[in-house]
Amino acid sequence: MDWRDQGVVLTVRRHGESSAIVEAFTAAHGRHAGIVRGGAGRKLSPILQPGAQLDLTWRARLEDHLGTYTVEPVRSRTAVLEDRLALAGLNAVAALLAFLLPEREAHPALYARSIRLLDMLGPNDDWPLAYLHWEQALLDEAGFGLDLTACAVTGSREDLAYVSPRTGRAVSREGAGDWAGRLLPLPLCLLGQGTASASELLDGLRTTGHFLENHLAPALGERPLPAARERLITLFRRHF
Amino acid sequence: MSEAPSDIEALIALMARLPGLGPRSARRAVLHLVKKRGQLLTPLAQAMARVGETARECLRCGNIGAADICEICRSEKRATGEICVVEDVADLWAMERGQAFRGRYHVLGGTLSALDAVGPEDLRIPQLIDRLAEENIREVILALNATVDGQTTAHYIAEQIEGTGIAVTSLAQGVPIGGELDYLDDGTIGAALRARKAF
Repeated sequence: MDWRDQGVVLTVRRHGESSAIVEAFTAAHGRHAGIVRGGAGRKLSPILQPGAQLDLTWRARLEDHLGTYTVEPVRSRTAVLEDRLALAGLNAVAALLAFLLPEREAHPALYARSIRLLDMLGPNDDWPLAYLHWEQALLDEAGFGLDLTACAVTGSREDLAYVSPRTGRAVSREGAGDWAGRLLPLPLCLLGQGTASASELLDGLRTTGHFLENHLAPALGERPLPAARERLITLFRRHF
Repeated sequence: MSEAPSDIEALIALMARLPGLGPRSARRAVLHLVKKRGQLLTPLAQAMARVGETARECLRCGNIGAADICEICRSEKRATGEICVVEDVADLWAMERGQAFRGRYHVLGGTLSALDAVGPEDLRIPQLIDRLAEENIREVILALNATVDGQTTAHYIAEQIEGTGIAVTSLAQGVPIGGELDYLDDGTIGAALRARKAF
């Protein structure tokens, strides 16, 4: 068995003295692990950093074996190491993908979106909104997508302002009525309309975070969401 | 049937657990020690017993020494107002080999890691913050690895120190001595270019 694909390094665990088990998010094979011989050594460990883009060749005797990776660097994303916020963004993306994606299941659309987001990370103000939309896409791919097309109560497509924390459906201001305090915020940026102010962005992340934490994560077991996301949100609050 | 007596087999099994040694190389090393019993085996056993008795972690910086407070922390000459933060004792020893830094150290004992659920409370970060005031520190040098985990930890520590008036610096990143550009990865070249200096 063998295949060749491109992928982004999500996690690296030392295996024995000189090897490493690398988990990568690949274009056609999804989240896929393999052993990299010499991966813990001086030559390969610098390129096996989370976020690095690699050309991967995977080989195993049987398909369900862990198998071995042969790696070639395509693009390192080490420029983000100097930027506190961008580094937190990279950590959150890698940790959430490693935590939430099923193994060996292709998600080409999410892969393409993840690559675009990782390439945007840096000292600019564009990527936080892209990050919010990426979390929305992550929920979609995992089957917990938000339905923001029309109000769940009135059916109206106008003045959508809230999201039901139970169903993930949009609710209009009129439909919310006295229940507004119990609903999650639906900022315009979550509807893909316009740029986001700091408070709108944080509102959007509060909403996606609710579904990641209370719907998606419990479906995968008892483990809490990776701390890397919470750290990113804390830095967003301080930064904006 | 075993080739060596059980005590020697036990020694081989222990040696094989050392980094860099496997069962075969451990067997060779033990055979060499047994053959050189007077010159090597006995002095080695005595030295290991002494280190086993005396080696301990410095209560202040986390270095390994023979007393509760290590030599570096005891030395008044090293009270320069600078503290160098490293991930591991091996990094401290590497810095000392270079003899370029004459201040004191602080060993974190690891780096923050979302994957392994290592948080700030699992490292010696609170002790570092306590030392900054106690030892009248003016500069904290973050000598952490240029990895995602290393730099995440560095940024976290810098955040904790912000607002105290203490300067926070980090080691430069770029072309190593003897390095050839053709063999460097794009990230290192980019970091070196961004950190270029007047020549």
